[in-house]
Amino acid sequence: MSKVLVVTSGKGGVGKTTTTAALGAALAQRGDKVVVVDFDVGLRNLDLVMGAERRVVFDLINVVQGVAKLPQALIRDKRLENLWLLPASQTRDKDALTEEGVGKVIAELRGRFDWVICDSPAGIERGASMAMRFADEAVIVTNPEVSSVRDSDRIIGMLDSKTVRAEKGERVEKHILITRYDPSRAARGEMLTIDDILEILATPLLGIIPESQDVLKASNVGTPVTLSNADGAPARAYMDAAKRLCGENVTMHVPAERRGLMDRLLRRRAA
Amino acid sequence: MEAAAKVQRQMVRLRGRSYVAFVFTPTVPVQDWLHEIDATIARSPGFFAGRPVVIDLSSVDLSQAGIGHLLTSLQDRNIRVLGIEGVEEGRLTPMMPPLLSGGRSCVVEPSAPKKAEVKTETKPTSLLLENPVRSGQTVIFPEGDVTILGSVGSGAEVVAGGSIHVYGALRGRAMAGVNGHTSARIYCQKIEAELLAIDGFYQTADDIDAALRGKPAQAWLQGNTMRITALN
Repeated sequence: MSKVLVVTSGKGGVGKTTTTAALGAALAQRGDKVVVVDFDVGLRNLDLVMGAERRVVFDLINVVQGVAKLPQALIRDKRLENLWLLPASQTRDKDALTEEGVGKVIAELRGRFDWVICDSPAGIERGASMAMRFADEAVIVTNPEVSSVRDSDRIIGMLDSKTVRAEKGERVEKHILITRYDPSRAARGEMLTIDDILEILATPLLGIIPESQDVLKASNVGTPVTLSNADGAPARAYMDAAKRLCGENVTMHVPAERRGLMDRLLRRRAA
Repeated sequence: MEAAAKVQRQMVRLRGRSYVAFVFTPTVPVQDWLHEIDATIARSPGFFAGRPVVIDLSSVDLSQAGIGHLLTSLQDRNIRVLGIEGVEEGRLTPMMPPLLSGGRSCVVEPSAPKKAEVKTETKPTSLLLENPVRSGQTVIFPEGDVTILGSVGSGAEVVAGGSIHVYGALRGRAMAGVNGHTSARIYCQKIEAELLAIDGFYQTADDIDAALRGKPAQAWLQGNTMRITALN
């Protein structure tokens, strides 16, 4: 059974694209057939994070407008054979997305893949509303800060009213994914706590991704973080989130301040 | 004789007065156009009832018999034709409505039938929402009280003619008693509001006593000042 999942947030820079790539790769590593679709027309990034920027020929807009056929625009990942990318156009803007065209493309993707993961652009305008329009489930990416949480709240309101499912009186299943969680700052009370966020958003938690250099490094080399350093904390958190998306019951770990061997050694030396 | 004539002269008074009438512009084929009229009547029966109607024949070329047929067809649908325009006088018989000219278009407010529809159903005096009100959403209910089983997010807005009850945190704006209902109140389980207003008197987050933040509270009007106190 095929599922359309939108990764959205309202606010920019919270980690939507990173999450799309990481969840896409994690689900593909589990054996599902996955396509990640970039809806950020005009400011595409997913191709870079997936390391496929040099292989883009046709894009989502070409397919929406019927210039290219879907198989021509799909790019297969070099590392995972059941992971595919449908890139966005960099030269057009979001007005080129028509509801009818997007609906057709999504319907066609549903027939070919187990997971269709839509990477939403920031904002609440056409690009974002088209990305969520046909979704069955949504991952709302939130940073532990007030502005991000308020924007997420706004997006949840849109998911409950502006999607095809909502208009049919059904529900889009929603999950909160907290990214860039910094345990040491949380301990000092400089960030919203997990409980605060969940209390404000009143939506179930999918996972907590700790702030980590791994994420930035992975993006820079064009590899989803779950592939580049599979043993790192962010990769494991994303893998757990993917398991929960598939309905598995995985215990939630709130990242704690890490006191590694090196820290202790350094502290001892300093003392 | 002279007196009678005087009275008669007083009786006859001519005055110009303009009225608003619907103008129908039939298009060819007229049969299809009549079907459209039927569809409109089916959607809102009584839409044309008792309304003066003028027929503009400028976009169709009908013979005298054709015009006669059109008029009876409209009569069958209870549409009363006040006058006709856009055709030479020669094509009209004396029995037909008079020829009009010099009409100006104006905006007609279709308030009358709407009011009638609303009156038939009994208006609810309270609104119950079982989901949280999210940032960016606005709930407006001038008819009475609003009860929310959930929180009102930062950047959300609840406007009620009566009181507002929030069984959750109130982080957005709440405006009660908007129709001048001074005894309206705002109740919430956790006050973190951006703005509270009753009948136009308001307090912003800065004015709300910091000691109350996050506690169950109510707001009401005491004369011209808003008072906010803890519940229980």
